[in-house]
Amino acid sequence: MNKARHNKTNVIAAHAALIAYTLIALFPVFVIVINSFKTRRAIFREPLALPNADTFSMVGYETVLKQGDFFLYFQNSMIVTVVSLFFILLFGAMAAFALAEYRFKGNTLMGLYLALGIMIPIRIGTVAILDMMVATGLVNTLWALILVYTAQGLPLAVFILSEFMKQVSDDLKNAGRIDGLSEYRIFFNLVLPLVRPAMATVAVFNMIPIWNDLWFPLILAPAEEVKTLTLGSQVFIGQFVTDWNAVLSALSLAILPVMALYVVFSRQLIRGITSGAVK
Amino acid sequence: MNSTQKPSRIKWHIFVFLAPAVLVYTAVMIYPLFNTLRLSLYSEVAQAREFVGLENFKTLFGDENWSKQFWNALGNNFWFFIIHMLVQNPIGILLAAILSHPKLRFASFYRSAIFIPTILSFVIVGFAWKLILSPIWGIAPGMLDAVGLKSLYAPWLGREAYALTTLSLVSVWQFVGIPMMLIYAALLSIPEEILEAGECDGITGAAAFWKIKLPLILPSIGIISILTFVANFNAFDLIYAAQGALAGPDFSTDILGTFMYRTFFGFQLQLGDPHMGSAIASAMFAIILVGVCIYLFAIQSRMRRYQF
Repeated sequence: MNKARHNKTNVIAAHAALIAYTLIALFPVFVIVINSFKTRRAIFREPLALPNADTFSMVGYETVLKQGDFFLYFQNSMIVTVVSLFFILLFGAMAAFALAEYRFKGNTLMGLYLALGIMIPIRIGTVAILDMMVATGLVNTLWALILVYTAQGLPLAVFILSEFMKQVSDDLKNAGRIDGLSEYRIFFNLVLPLVRPAMATVAVFNMIPIWNDLWFPLILAPAEEVKTLTLGSQVFIGQFVTDWNAVLSALSLAILPVMALYVVFSRQLIRGITSGAVK
Repeated sequence: MNSTQKPSRIKWHIFVFLAPAVLVYTAVMIYPLFNTLRLSLYSEVAQAREFVGLENFKTLFGDENWSKQFWNALGNNFWFFIIHMLVQNPIGILLAAILSHPKLRFASFYRSAIFIPTILSFVIVGFAWKLILSPIWGIAPGMLDAVGLKSLYAPWLGREAYALTTLSLVSVWQFVGIPMMLIYAALLSIPEEILEAGECDGITGAAAFWKIKLPLILPSIGIISILTFVANFNAFDLIYAAQGALAGPDFSTDILGTFMYRTFFGFQLQLGDPHMGSAIASAMFAIILVGVCIYLFAIQSRMRRYQF
């Protein structure tokens, strides 16, 4: 009896702590989004109130859509993220297959070489990367960003994918070899479909940092026509600091796509982290 | 089997499979990394690149103007890291410990909700908190007023004494989800038998956490510590989004990332200097390398002994 009561208070305390922290985590997002739908006067008078018939206003969104080229920024971010993910997954899986499947001289060394980049941030080499992009004429193109993000994502991708590829059964691959499949067919037709869950994990891990990065767009591709959404909203907000409606609406618009991605992929992301893919 | 053909055939496959990844990785990551280290030994003299040896480092550490900025940024960066270690990781562990309770309801809802700030970009986080803490808008003073603590309010981001700590806490708010998830995974992987054995000896509840679970998740705590270290020592975005490249007020929030950006790219009237920028990048590289080595050789190798 005593123990049961003790358990109940424990459960209530646990929920109280979690609800309190959830509120802390969500409060800023909530405040930004509700205020983006209010008139300027209401934003300042009642910052915590929901918009009602009197205070509802879309004026901020109108400014944003008129002044900023958010569709272009969104499109740029989309291209950079999707193409980088494609290369990370394709090249990463190919290299992981080579390391996991074949015994060759220098296998371990190659694995270590590729793993170096997991711990060392690519930003350290920024000065020389910019030099190189200027020399090759890639500066202010989306390709500069795609190349950098691909290089940045490869080490962890190779590491995670080769762990999973070691688990694919040898019998299956050998059966394929006996049937006369080339090594390429074995990789694309037999092994890749089996490691699809691991590929999804790698994709989700890389997606968010690429989408949110500010450093490389700022340095490698600051021109108007190649701005990503993150850089575009940063510049826009910097210019409209005093127009609170516009700033709040721009922030809400920047939150929207990431939240949509999160709703779609959160189960994959959380399963990826908790299944120990990064241990 | 035609054994004469096989070795050469296999070699080609390996080559084709490895080539794209190794090429991109080497050309865009490893080569620029070492090239940056090399560039730190050069300087621009009369519009030509000239080898100057360790001159840039002499300036960085010896010249009063430069060294003051460097040590300021490094010290701030350490404070930034310490706050993460003291606030972010304990809160993450605590949340994970509560979440990992087997019969807790809505656990996946809490987990997903608490992780949301982590997926937002620094630009959103920086500006959102700047607005909320702003004295003009009045959300923060208004809320403190509601609980009778209005006297505690100060424009934290504008005061030299508080700005860095405030931004560190904003960063903690953003990233608490990562230690929470990793520790949560580690706690779930503890075998049930060990906990039951403890229960038989009368160790339950909080005692079970301190005496059984915590020692077993030490390796994961080591991993989140080194991840935090590396992430903090090349942080840039949050400070830049909230305070700009000048890392105001009066450089009180300047960390190595913003210092390197300013030096490399220039700001306002100061021209950018890629070679001094490389020197700062090299110093950052050295710091991160030392941290990673301490982790690999001193912490991780010692911890393995406690694993099953």
